[in-house]
Amino acid sequence: MKDGELTVHARVLVRPKAGILDPQGQAIERALPALGFDGARNVRVGRLIELELEDTGQLEQMCKQLLTNPLVEDYEIVEQP
Amino acid sequence: MKFGVITFPGTCDDTDAQLAVGRVGEAVPLWHQDRDLQGVDAVIVPGGFSYGDYLRAGAIARFAPVMSSVIEFANAGGFVLGICNGFQILCEAGLLPGALLPNTSLRFVFRQVNVEVSDPNTPFTRNCPPRLSLPVKHMSGRYYSPEPVQVVLRYAAGENPNGSQDDIAGVINGAGNVLGLMPHPEHAVDALTGSADGLTIFESIRAAVGDRVATGTGEGQ
Repeated sequence: MKDGELTVHARVLVRPKAGILDPQGQAIERALPALGFDGARNVRVGRLIELELEDTGQLEQMCKQLLTNPLVEDYEIVEQP
Repeated sequence: MKFGVITFPGTCDDTDAQLAVGRVGEAVPLWHQDRDLQGVDAVIVPGGFSYGDYLRAGAIARFAPVMSSVIEFANAGGFVLGICNGFQILCEAGLLPGALLPNTSLRFVFRQVNVEVSDPNTPFTRNCPPRLSLPVKHMSGRYYSPEPVQVVLRYAAGENPNGSQDDIAGVINGAGNVLGLMPHPEHAVDALTGSADGLTIFESIRAAVGDRVATGTGEGQ
């Protein structure tokens, strides 16, 4: 990157699709009450991928082809200044 | 007949796969950077931890140079067998439907299981008995598909080791030439290690290739 060029900071939030069993989320949900934290439900565990990009034009394709498996995961792109 | 056996960085079952296919034919080692499949009659994508299984099991291996050749080979009708990590790679590559998710137990499972052959009329199971005793050893073997699939192998009742949908242990593609399974037939080719049932899968492939040669049909590679 040359000075003065803009870098986009992007985050990709990856989650198991609704309806797909998430044993990690279940394990956390079971562990919380043991520590006295009651009332947490539908705990789901996903993945956060942070990237620095010159532009975000190909980010959707990156998500579909490599960063996620669209069959079992949903993703959300969050761009940051 | 010649069985190509692929090795990716991180593959660990390639040696057993080569020994297993060597009992029914000739093993041809294929490296992940090869594009030439060397005229093999069938391709085995063996188990292990290709490219460290970083990101998701099989996610990066599907982009290896050898995989573009395997996809062409499969699309032309060539027989492809994916075992464990190989099954995960074939799903990621789109050669098989569905995906393999982490085991519901969140634990690595390693045990001998009984597997029912629910479709004995495939090129991979035609010589198999109705039930096979095979080892499983995996962390992500929970098969899932939102669409109906052609199931070839199921874990016997009460023996599902990973929470797989409908006890699915192995599926075949629509064209009937690509099979993926989580249990390891290549580790079960000698009674000395508990079972020789896995050999019947490799014998089936040899018989299917033999029929193609006899009738002059095939994928022409």
